[in-house]
Amino acid sequence: MDYVMAILVGLFITVGTYLLLSRSVIRMLIGMTIFGNGVNLLIFTAGRLMREVAPIVPPGLEVPDGPIANPLPQALILTAIVIGFSMFSFLLVLAFRAYRSLDADDTDTMRLAEPKRSPQPPLSY
Amino acid sequence: MDASTTLPMAMIDTATALADWVLVLPIVLCLIGAAAELVLRRTRVMPLIVAVVVTLAVIACEIGLLVRVAAEGPLSMTMGKWLPPFGISLTVDLFSAAFALAAAIVTLIVLIYAEADRTKSGARDDFHAMVLLLLAGVTGAFLTGDLFNLYVWFEVMLIASFGLIVGGNRPLQLDGAVKYGFLNFLATTFFLMALGLLYGLLGTLNMADIMRVAPLAHPGAMAGVAALLLLAFGMKAAAFPVNAWLPASYHTPPAAVSALFAGLLTKVGAYAMLRALVAVLPGSRDLLEPALALIAIATLLIAPLGAIAETSLRRAMGFIVIGGIGAIMAGLAMPSSDGIAGSGLYILHAIFTMSGLYLAAGLVEKGTGASDTLQMGGLYAASAPISILFLVLILAAAGVPPFLGFWPKLLLLQASLAEGVTSSAPSWVGLTLTLSLLVNAVLTLIAGTRLWAHVFWRSAPVAMTVTVPPSRGDRLGVAATSFLVLAVVLAGLWPAPLMEGASAGAADILDPARFVAATGLAEAMP
Repeated sequence: MDYVMAILVGLFITVGTYLLLSRSVIRMLIGMTIFGNGVNLLIFTAGRLMREVAPIVPPGLEVPDGPIANPLPQALILTAIVIGFSMFSFLLVLAFRAYRSLDADDTDTMRLAEPKRSPQPPLSY
Repeated sequence: MDASTTLPMAMIDTATALADWVLVLPIVLCLIGAAAELVLRRTRVMPLIVAVVVTLAVIACEIGLLVRVAAEGPLSMTMGKWLPPFGISLTVDLFSAAFALAAAIVTLIVLIYAEADRTKSGARDDFHAMVLLLLAGVTGAFLTGDLFNLYVWFEVMLIASFGLIVGGNRPLQLDGAVKYGFLNFLATTFFLMALGLLYGLLGTLNMADIMRVAPLAHPGAMAGVAALLLLAFGMKAAAFPVNAWLPASYHTPPAAVSALFAGLLTKVGAYAMLRALVAVLPGSRDLLEPALALIAIATLLIAPLGAIAETSLRRAMGFIVIGGIGAIMAGLAMPSSDGIAGSGLYILHAIFTMSGLYLAAGLVEKGTGASDTLQMGGLYAASAPISILFLVLILAAAGVPPFLGFWPKLLLLQASLAEGVTSSAPSWVGLTLTLSLLVNAVLTLIAGTRLWAHVFWRSAPVAMTVTVPPSRGDRLGVAATSFLVLAVVLAGLWPAPLMEGASAGAADILDPARFVAATGLAEAMP
C-alpha cells in the first residue's frame, strides 16, 4: 500500500510540476493544486498508513484501549488543505482580475512589472 | 494501566505563569487588532489609531520579552495543557526576540509613513488590518518553536502580503502579484513537503525535540529534508538562483508596502534558514555546506550587478535587498560564533536599512513623480534632507564604517578570514567568501552612489519639474524615514550592546542546550 501511495505522490508532483512549467496562469493554478495535493498525500503516507481505530478514549478509561490511529498527520493535512484552498481561491481571483485588466493569460505577455525592453543602464557615473 | 504514571508525562497540570503569557501576547494582540480593524474599516481615523496602539503594545511586550530572555536565557511556553513534544510550543531565544522587536518597530514606522500617502478614497480599504495580520505572521514565525507552526505563520504572512500587494488594484500591481503569489505559494508548498518527510522520519515537528532525535535518523534522508528546507527558505529569502520573483514584484505596491515587505518577509526566510539549518539540523547543514557557500557567493556577487544594471529606482533596491541575503547566507556557510553572530546582526540591520531604503525611494518618487532614474535628477537642490537620508541608507547597506551595516560585515569578514586564512586548515571557501563580501560591498557602493548621483546630484532633465510640496503629509514621511535612519546611525555609533547580544544569540544557536532545556525536553535526552 505504501508503495502505491508513493507512486501516486510521485505522479501528482510530476503532473503538478509539468503544469506549473506552462505559461498559462490557469494551467499553473491547476498545477499548483495538484502539486499541493501530492504534498498532502505525502504527509499522509509519511505519517504511516494503518487500519487502526479512531483515537478516542472510551468512557471510564483514561488511556485508549488498544492500538489507535495517529491523528496528527490528519490534523496536519487538514490544516494544509484549508490553507492551500484559501491560497487557491485567492490566486484564482487574482488570475481572473489579471486577465481582465492586463488582457493576458500568458505570463510571457504579462510584462508591466518587468518590461521586456528595459532601458540600458546609464553609462555616466 | 496506572494512569497516574502516564498522565503527568503528557499533560501540564499547572496553569501557565502569568509572566509567560508575554510570549504569545504579541501574536494575540496583532490578531485581535486585525479583527478590530475589520469592524472599524468604515470609520475615518480609528483604523490608524487602533493599529498604532496595537503595535505600541506589541513593542512593549517584546521589549519585556527581550529583557527577560537576555537575563534568563531562552523561554518557552506550551499551549493547550500538553507537554512539549505533543503541545505546540512558542520558544524564544535572543535572536528571535530581537528580530520580532525590530519587525514591530519597522511596522510602526511604516504605519506612520503610509499615513502620508493615503488618500480619502483609500480610507476604506483593509490596509491597517493587513499590516497587523502581516505583523502577526512575522512575529509568530520568529517566536514559534514548532516547525509546522512556522509553516502556518508563513501562510498567515503570505495571505496578508497578498492583500497588501494588490491593494489599489493597479494593473502593475496585479502583474507583480501573480509572480509573487505563485512563487511564494510554491515555496511554502516545498516547505510543507519537507515537513511531511521530516515527520515521517522523526515523528515530531517540535524544534527542540527534532534537535534531540535528528542525530539518530538516517543522515542521507535528513540531508534531503534539509535541502528541501534550503530550497523553500531560499525562495522565501530570495537567495540567488530562486530570486527572480523579488525584483519582479517588490516595486509594484506603494512604497510603504514595499518597505514592509523588504524589511520583514525576506528576513523571515533568512531567519528560518538560520533556525532550521544551523540550530535544528546542524548535522545536515554540514553536508549542505558547499551548497550554502556557493549560494552565498553567487548571491553576493550577482545581486549588486543587477542593481547596477537597473534604471528603475525601486527595482534596483530589490537587488540590494537580495545582496543582503547573500551576506546572511555567508554567515550560515561558516558556522563559527562570529559567522552566526554576523548573520544575526545582519538580519537585524537589514530589517531597518532595507525598509528605510524603500521608504526613502518612496519619498524620491513622490518628489519627482517618476519611478525611473533616467527621468529623475536635481532633487538635491529641492530637498537636501531626503538626499542625506538616502545616502546614509546606501552607505549602511554597503557596510561603510560609521553605520550599522558595518558591524555585521566586520563579524562576517572575521569569520571568513578565520576560515580561509588563519585556521589550521585554510580553505578556499573561506577565502572566496571573504573576497565576495568585499566585492559585494564595493559593487553595492557603486550601484547605490550612482543611483544617488543620478537622482539627486545631476541636474534635472528638461522635461521634469521637481515638486516637493511642503505638505504636512510629506513632512510626516520624512520624519518617519529619519527615525529609521537615526536608529541605523546610532546603532552604528554605539555597537557594543548589539555586538555582545549578537554573540550571546549566536552561542544559543550553535549550542541549543539552553533552548532545549527551556522547553523541558532536556532530561529526556537519548
